[in-house]
Amino acid sequence: MLEVTNLDVRYGAIHAIRGVSLSVPEGMVVTLIGANGAGKTTILRTLSGLLRATGGGVRFLGDEITGLPSHQIVKRGLVHIPEGRIVFANMSVLENLELGAYLRRDREVKSDLERVFVLFPRLKERIHQSAGTLSGGEQQMLAIGRGLMSRPRFLLMDEPSLGLAPLLVQGIFEIVREIHRQGTTILLVEQNAHMALQVADFAYVLESGHIVMSGPAAEIAQDPRVRDAYLGGA
Amino acid sequence: MSELAPERFLPLPTRLLRFGLGLAVIVLLQQFVLPGINPYFARILILAEINVILAVSLNLINGFAGQFSLGHAGFMAIGGYVSAAFAVSAGPAVLAVLGASPEAPGPAPSFIVLCLGLILGALVAAITGLLIGIPTLRLKGDYLAIATLGFGEIIRVVIQNTEAVGGARGFINIPTYAGFFAVTLFMVLTLAVHWNLVHSRHGRALLAVREDEIAAEAMGVPTTRYKVLAFSIGAAFAGVGGSLFAHYNGGLHPNTFTFLKSIEVVIMVVLGGMGSITGSILAALLLTAMPELLRPIKEYRMVIYSLLLIVLMITRPQGIFGLGEFDPARLLWWRRARGAR
Ligand SMILES: Nc1ncnc2c1ncn2[C@@H]1O[C@H](COP(=O)(O)OP(=O)(O)OP(=O)(O)O)[C@@H](O)[C@H]1O
Ligand SMILES: [Mg+2]
Repeated sequence: MLEVTNLDVRYGAIHAIRGVSLSVPEGMVVTLIGANGAGKTTILRTLSGLLRATGGGVRFLGDEITGLPSHQIVKRGLVHIPEGRIVFANMSVLENLELGAYLRRDREVKSDLERVFVLFPRLKERIHQSAGTLSGGEQQMLAIGRGLMSRPRFLLMDEPSLGLAPLLVQGIFEIVREIHRQGTTILLVEQNAHMALQVADFAYVLESGHIVMSGPAAEIAQDPRVRDAYLGGA
Repeated sequence: MSELAPERFLPLPTRLLRFGLGLAVIVLLQQFVLPGINPYFARILILAEINVILAVSLNLINGFAGQFSLGHAGFMAIGGYVSAAFAVSAGPAVLAVLGASPEAPGPAPSFIVLCLGLILGALVAAITGLLIGIPTLRLKGDYLAIATLGFGEIIRVVIQNTEAVGGARGFINIPTYAGFFAVTLFMVLTLAVHWNLVHSRHGRALLAVREDEIAAEAMGVPTTRYKVLAFSIGAAFAGVGGSLFAHYNGGLHPNTFTFLKSIEVVIMVVLGGMGSITGSILAALLLTAMPELLRPIKEYRMVIYSLLLIVLMITRPQGIFGLGEFDPARLLWWRRARGAR
């Protein structure tokens, strides 16, 4: 469904991504794990058109999408939920969710809104509260809900569990599973490798802009190097 | 999205009816109330209305789209000079076609010349806004402010050196085709356009750009396009304000359009609240009337401005109305609720 070949991204002199190739087949959850600064966010931003690649190509559903502006990429159903629970702080929960459906013209927006509320009942209780006053966990729910409102066929999720209490982390991964069950393909970026490898079918390990390892998530989870570096030696 | 956020979409007959009613009110005011008003007050009122147009249109750029522009005087100058030049050069020919004499054209033909010049001025201002906006709106905050500041000054210097429009001496003998009627009408139109725009799906997208560009972009909002759009629409209405000013004042001088004028409008926007149309209206009226009220100490006008701004920014950093709108119904409800207690 998504094919990335020899992707290269630079920030001026900093060569952040060096020839990364990866692929995500339809219906799968694939995770990309790696330490701070490995380049995970950079890859996702390039895939969703927020950043321009300096080399390599991205194909989505067979079409070349390298260099397209993000609104054209979103329109194709490739949606990015950015890192750090970025919500529109001065808007209400409902307005945030409606903005998620910005590109849609169909009549099913309302039923999708209900679906988001089934997933996150807490958001429904706070529908008119301004997003900036939500708790961190609620903001993350809102960011995910807003992404779902654009009816993604493919979701890029950047550290959805970042900074959440352990109980909420469990909940967020449940949500990731549920979104996947409902038919969305997911590329999940995580520092919480332990959880990510449980949810995912396939995994890539990124180190300073390179893919250093890849394989079925269960195998990667057993790999001694990964266990030492990312799973706290557990 | 319309079913979730009803956009107060009115059927055409209702709109026309409202428009007709508004028009009738303006004509009645013009015919029966204005003659009774002291001409000095009438002048202040008309200048205040022009300032409302300038403030509301700048608010679209600075408040709603969150792009800090300091070039509004430049767009106002473009609108004013273009429409004045049109009236002086092409006006007589248009009047001849309409069968009116250039000396005493009568209200309807002069209104037509005014409208043509005004549309032309607004268009040129909008296109200039587009040309400036496309490269500069990729810049962030301070850079944009400096770029637009520079642009405004360039416009003024160009005008100063264009003899065809009077150069540094000023453009005199502009036909005074804009009075209370025209200025009020265009103010109401300006308000209607801005109000409908910011309450539409596009207005929501603009706010998203202001709130967080990355998130807006990730949601599929074409952020650069929206910024450029807001910038051009704001510029066009600054042109409308300039055009009305030219045809009300009967003359233009490049010194009217220094960056101090831009700052004056910025102050109105900040004072009223970035992102509040009603706030901009109130602030424009207040700040136009204030120097007149403070006439005895006129030299200190800027000092008072500054003091007022400092006090306001300390007590209400979000402006008088912040992001919200003044809602008389809410006020009534509030008073009733208090009365009941
Ligand atoms: N705007 C930028 N300008 C310059 N360098 C940048 C920029 N953004 C990221 N980088 C650099 O690129 C590298 C990869 O950053 P990136 O944000 O992709 O890492 P990450 O894997 O997402 O890290 P984390 O887990 O901490 O979120 C880092 O070395 C970072 O310093
Ligand atoms: Mg990151």
